Amino acid sequence: MARVVFPEHLLQHTGGTREIEVQASNYRGIVRAVDKQWPGIEQVLIKSAVAIDGQIYQDAWLEPIREDSEIFFMQRIEGG
Amino acid sequence: MAEARDYRAIGTRPVRPDGVDKVTGRANFGADMTLPNMIHGKVLRSPHAHARIKSIDASRALQLPGVYAVISGADFPSGAEGEISGEGGGTVSDLAKNIMARDKALYHGHAVAAVAAKTAFLAESALELIDVDYEVLPPVLDVDTAMADGAPLVDEHQRTGGGQGDAPSNIAAITKFERGDPEAGFAAADVVVEGAYRVPTAHQGYIEPHACTATLDEEGRATVWCCTQGHFDVRSMTAGVLGKSVGEIKVIPSEIGGGFGGKTVIYLEPLAVKLSELTGRPVKMVMSREEVFRATGPTSASHCRVKVGAKRDGTITAATAWLAYEAGAFPGAPVGPGCMSVFAPYDLDNFRIEGFDVLVNKPKAAAYRAPGAPQSLHAMESTIDELARKLGMDPIDLRLANCADEGTHAPYGPTFPPIGIKKCLEAAKAHPNYTTPKAEGTGRGIAAGFWFNIGMQSSAEVRLSEDGTVTVMEGSPDIGGSRASMCLMAAETLGVPYNIVRAHVGDTESTGFCNVTGGSRTTFATGLAVVQACEDIIAECKQRAAMTWDIDADQVDWTDGEAVPKPGVNIDVAPLSLADIAGNAGRTGGPILGRASLNAQGAGASFSVNFADVTVDRETGKVDVLNFTAIQDAGTAIHPAYVEGQMQGGAVQGLGWALNEEYVYDNNGVMENAGFLDYRIPVASDMPMIDTQIIEVPNPSHPYGVRGVGETPIVAPLAVTSNAVSDALGFRISDLPLSPPSVLAAIDAHDEA
Amino acid sequence: MSKVHVVTNVNGEPREMLCEPQQSLLEVLRDELGMTGTKEGCATGDCGACSVMLNGRLVCSCLTLGVEAEGADITTIEGIAEGSQLHPVQRKFLEHAALQCGICTPGFIVATKALLDRNPNPDETTIRYWLAGNLCRCTGYDKIIRAVQDAATELAHEA
Ligand code: FES
Ligand code: FES
Repeated sequence: MARVVFPEHLLQHTGGTREIEVQASNYRGIVRAVDKQWPGIEQVLIKSAVAIDGQIYQDAWLEPIREDSEIFFMQRIEGG
Repeated sequence: MAEARDYRAIGTRPVRPDGVDKVTGRANFGADMTLPNMIHGKVLRSPHAHARIKSIDASRALQLPGVYAVISGADFPSGAEGEISGEGGGTVSDLAKNIMARDKALYHGHAVAAVAAKTAFLAESALELIDVDYEVLPPVLDVDTAMADGAPLVDEHQRTGGGQGDAPSNIAAITKFERGDPEAGFAAADVVVEGAYRVPTAHQGYIEPHACTATLDEEGRATVWCCTQGHFDVRSMTAGVLGKSVGEIKVIPSEIGGGFGGKTVIYLEPLAVKLSELTGRPVKMVMSREEVFRATGPTSASHCRVKVGAKRDGTITAATAWLAYEAGAFPGAPVGPGCMSVFAPYDLDNFRIEGFDVLVNKPKAAAYRAPGAPQSLHAMESTIDELARKLGMDPIDLRLANCADEGTHAPYGPTFPPIGIKKCLEAAKAHPNYTTPKAEGTGRGIAAGFWFNIGMQSSAEVRLSEDGTVTVMEGSPDIGGSRASMCLMAAETLGVPYNIVRAHVGDTESTGFCNVTGGSRTTFATGLAVVQACEDIIAECKQRAAMTWDIDADQVDWTDGEAVPKPGVNIDVAPLSLADIAGNAGRTGGPILGRASLNAQGAGASFSVNFADVTVDRETGKVDVLNFTAIQDAGTAIHPAYVEGQMQGGAVQGLGWALNEEYVYDNNGVMENAGFLDYRIPVASDMPMIDTQIIEVPNPSHPYGVRGVGETPIVAPLAVTSNAVSDALGFRISDLPLSPPSVLAAIDAHDEA
Repeated sequence: MSKVHVVTNVNGEPREMLCEPQQSLLEVLRDELGMTGTKEGCATGDCGACSVMLNGRLVCSCLTLGVEAEGADITTIEGIAEGSQLHPVQRKFLEHAALQCGICTPGFIVATKALLDRNPNPDETTIRYWLAGNLCRCTGYDKIIRAVQDAATELAHEA
């Protein structure tokens, strides 16, 4: 099961839950599973960036997820 | 997986393809466009920092011969919705209101109307004949006031985090990060250092003011020429504001005279399109320097508090940061990335970070080079410097004892892949400028810098001409030599000489989508697209060679720009060069082109370490920078001269911010120094040479190891300067800028105490 | 306001134009003569992007009136190269990567040529103070100074 971690700004959507374990083969699967648990959170998640096993993705729909992957949702980053 | 290796083209320093045009005056920048029958647009700006607009009467202006149209907020669709695509974020509705005020003017200089007239001079005269009735409201001008109870509200509808329940507030959003137990960490510390640091509003200061020209055809399709960091984003933002589809707008990028983040947003384009629509003529709009200062993106002023606890041996046990950034009149200060950067160079078990995005009656903050990081890392790196002093440790050793490395769980979430902070620190320690003791009476300061870097979407097309010359088409405006980098990567991949490759920046209809040139993404992401498009060409060339030789394509190798049979393939043929294959393309299946489009992921973080020696004149308060050394991890430097250039230019921008640059406001929220004479950016005589050392820890996510280098250089110089000045004076001045009046005041206050 | 007829010499060519009395030389060059190589960064004399030579003197064309060009000899960035032959200052700017965005470059090149015409062997401090009226936001000046030094060396060899 992959470990999914929510930062502070998402806790209002997860009722304070910081971490859950999710079974999925790609990132979209993760988002779907999380949305099932907290309906509506998908809208927020698709505006977030995500770090999958240390690598930051701004948009990662089809990224594969391993059994022991770590998924950190994070804020999007801009730049000058 | 990229690792350091020998390249033929990459790492050389050829002249850039657009160079000759730029040294002869031939290159066309934003304001250089002229069209037949063209007229000129000018913007009327609010004389108040905060005011309700009760009415706008343009009848007197319209009576002036040669004045063709006047527009104001009422001429734009009201229900603009959606998020802004691309990097800056925000909503289309805020963007639309920033471009043209609706019921309220939210900062001095906010656009309230625009005129199109025969000449720019006439348009300007007509502005004076537009009658606007304002109800002046009290402005709120800094984060502390804005966050206090009972502060005037910039936007009566703004609630923190967009929530519904709470009372309206100037705090648009709060960001938090936390790990471990900071209180326990501080309890375990031998030494605790804390401080509060203020950084003023500063402007990107690109030398070219914003400019655009727009024209509409009979079907209502608009063509816009403008100087921008990203014409595809201009297209979608303009479409969003005007309620048009992107298919109705074509954007042609001119050369761009600097952006640094400030030209990732738009101000004029929808106005020019609207005026052109009303007048049936091409409309050109060019900002004055004063308008650039008053109405375009400065970066956030900030108030940051940082506290760090450590053991005697230097091990940091806990850290907290409280960061409040001015967003300007609309939400969106770069406080998120500020929070994510503040502790990024360090490996910390216990920390808490809180960030506040705060509305004030100033222009909406726009991205400025590593947006958000200079402010928060100024606070952190000043605190670390104080900690080193308290512990009696060398500041590099203290940082080495705590620095992040591959495998460190970054404070903002992910685990770092290979990163270069440690190498930069080690290089600094060994650098002759550091091993040489500072001179008598001088101060030395050192600090680390960081930026995430981003990937995002890019496309590229590579075409072979019949003589084997190569054309690269891509969509990233070239602000600092990126065409040269594209050509180098194409030449390297194809195995051909640099000088037969030309790179071009196409408009929104002649090349595939590219996000802005910003976030240090161009060499990384668009470069990746160019490399993949070249690989596409190679695959095709192998196919053509195989056809010519009657063998299978997988029996062909591509070496040094030529197709050759794979070792062991038993045929007797001469290699086919790119030119041979291109010349025969008509006979082997038609023209050869390669293309790639991608959403690049895995831009590697770029760390830096900078240090400098300064003197402080105790009589005048003037700080002189004697030398400056910038060390930065570039992954792989494709064109080292332009990498050095980014490091040097960013360093001097950071020094300018630290030493002099600030928006000075009167009590009514009127900027008092809206010109280059009084908003003083560094000039040649203010600066020493900027020594650079490029560290190369290749980024595993790029075929040549590129990380992107543009943002990081501005981050460290702020704290470098503070730390050096503190070292010279023997006490700390926490706030920037360290301009003569403020340094003198601090010296006087210190002498009195 | 009636326009003023001005006869002038730009880059060795006689030119005639009608200018408004309030028009700056910069506006006249760019808008009336279509010579957009000279740039506007501020229009207040603070950035040097508009530098041209007027009767052998380096001036900010944004602070000069068009009508002052009457009978004058003007050199702009378009007149620095000899035909297709780049001036050594232009070549050195390219070789040293002394430009990033390039908006300041015309002004720097005109100003540098003016410096080297009068002082073929300036030291670093002299170069930095001479060019202090030209703003560059991209380069941090390092590579510009080196390009100027190198151009001076090359011109000295040629002479
Ligand atoms: S435009 Fe003339 S000095 Fe700036
Ligand atoms: S190169 Fe951009 S301002 Fe000088």
